[in-house]
Amino acid sequence: MDTITKPVSLREHVVPIEAGAHVVAAHWLKSALALALADGRVLRWRDGEAESVEPHAGGILSACTDGERLITGGDDGRVVATGAEGEPTEIARDPKRRWIDAVTLSGSGSLAWNTGKTVHSRDDKGRVKSLDFVTTPQGLVFAPKGYRLAVAQMNGVSLWYPNTEAKPEFLEWKGSHLDVIWSPDGRFVVSSMQENALHGWRLGDKPTHMRMTGYPAKPRSLSWSHDGLWLASSGADAAIVWPFQGEGPTGKAPRECGARHAKVTRVAFHPKALVLAVGYDDGCILMIRLTDASELLVRPAIKASGVTAFAWDKLGKRLAFGTEDGVAGVLTLPAG
Amino acid sequence: MSEKIPVTVLTGYLGAGKTTLLNRILTEDHGKKFAVIVNEFGETGIDGDLVVGADEEVFEMNNGCICCTVRGDLIRILDGLMKRKGKFDAIIVETTGLADPAPVAQTFFVDQDVGDATKLDAVVTVTDAKWLTERLKDAPEAKNQIAFADVIIINKVDLVSAEELAEVEAAIRAINPYAKLHKTTRCDLPIDQLLDRNAFDLDRILDIEPDFLESGHHHHHSDEVRSMSFTIPGDVDPDKFMPWINDISQAQGPNILRSKGILAFKDEPRRFVFQGVHMILDGDLQRDWKADETRNSRLVFIGRDLDESELRKGFLACAA
Repeated sequence: MDTITKPVSLREHVVPIEAGAHVVAAHWLKSALALALADGRVLRWRDGEAESVEPHAGGILSACTDGERLITGGDDGRVVATGAEGEPTEIARDPKRRWIDAVTLSGSGSLAWNTGKTVHSRDDKGRVKSLDFVTTPQGLVFAPKGYRLAVAQMNGVSLWYPNTEAKPEFLEWKGSHLDVIWSPDGRFVVSSMQENALHGWRLGDKPTHMRMTGYPAKPRSLSWSHDGLWLASSGADAAIVWPFQGEGPTGKAPRECGARHAKVTRVAFHPKALVLAVGYDDGCILMIRLTDASELLVRPAIKASGVTAFAWDKLGKRLAFGTEDGVAGVLTLPAG
Repeated sequence: MSEKIPVTVLTGYLGAGKTTLLNRILTEDHGKKFAVIVNEFGETGIDGDLVVGADEEVFEMNNGCICCTVRGDLIRILDGLMKRKGKFDAIIVETTGLADPAPVAQTFFVDQDVGDATKLDAVVTVTDAKWLTERLKDAPEAKNQIAFADVIIINKVDLVSAEELAEVEAAIRAINPYAKLHKTTRCDLPIDQLLDRNAFDLDRILDIEPDFLESGHHHHHSDEVRSMSFTIPGDVDPDKFMPWINDISQAQGPNILRSKGILAFKDEPRRFVFQGVHMILDGDLQRDWKADETRNSRLVFIGRDLDESELRKGFLACAA
């Protein structure tokens, strides 16, 4: 049987959105889509109707969501919350106007952000704790349970309990750590590195290392599968998907999905199925089913329109994407 | 891939006149928009379109070599700025008076994302005519900044006599004979002499100034940091040259501040142009040799404690 077939196209199910600026992040706020843009605007879109607000005077550098509000960090030194409706509200402001290029939220509503060499963490009651680091803190992520924050930095990742005086635990690994992600079951912490690699730790009394190397570029986009057993990553000419069953990926080969002559820039696992959305630097978007490696075309390659953002809605019925040249869109999966 | 954004790195010892120059660049009527990355954000009073504070955080690369460093903060900032391509025409990076320019220059070679989106246009070093001679004695940073420069401004020339100025110029030339030199008062210099120079692009600069790599400059052999240049009047064998230059860079990288070369490879119609910062080399076959050009192979090192006769011997042995 001929297994090499052209990907079936989902193109006619995509509704385009004119964003007008580099899309830094996309998030669903219930049924509304919020796009964080590099010119400081947040574009809110609902069923074809779009309007924009301007939470930042400058550019938006980072964004996260609790499902109700979009939290953005900007180069105006402000952290701002924007709901699906209404005016944006300021949460924090750096007096020196330093860039805020990392923001993160926990499931219980705690919020963390960086300024210079400091990380600030605000618990769900609004109490802010700040901690200075020796090197610039980069990626931030909360543990899936409890008030504990992972901070990527030079030579490792710190695990900090903001509500205690205890010194953060330091997971050491030489090199510059950029983004950090915690596995849904809380057992693994994985960081992306300046050295075109991922590094992971299996947590426990004595954390053990996991080296995931061989990327031609920095793996800046990471996504866990809904069952927490797979970690997809960008940074190669295919999405690299590491197995995290049992003790993790050590000694196992990763899956490579959607190999093309372009670099993968974004990956996003479907929230309920082993289906991966893969975006490339040439603008192409593929949807790949892990079980049989079948591919569906969502967006063809478009020059200078590299994919910069993905967001699945909660039920996995719609996938939003954004690109570097300010084009966005929403794919609604056909029923059946 | 769209056009790469040019980056000018501005360096110079404390008080030499960097901020004066920066304000001149930003306020002159040239119709260009700049993003400016400064180290002392908020204290310099710079009137720019987009001013960003940087903290000059240097990262050692993971190969364990202390000279292979990049500026981590610069990577982050450039990454952030690239999302706003089209909002500015060029980027200026001001470094502190005590900074080593090497990690800045290396960032453009080593980090792929930065290299894909931007190009290093020139390292511009501002010096103080009155105090440079003193600084060269007591501040190794001042020497490094001159060694790295593609363009050097001798500022405050109104404060010195003609003899003193000649002395300063000679001291600079002993370290770096290849930089473009300007003498100014209050950094009064047309900005087209500074920006869009393509000075880091050796191929371009050789088109503008064909004598750029000519030898015949006076060397002060007592100086710790100095330059040396070698010429083979003809082709070199790439199978001999490539391993040799790699070995030299690996063994003597920490002492080589800058290296540059333009070479005629045997049976190759194009010129091989390379440049390096410490151990990091970057080279490519570029345009064809022109019909009226002599196929010479030339090489320049600026560095510390380099064995000139050893290097000369090694290079000459690469002749085709």
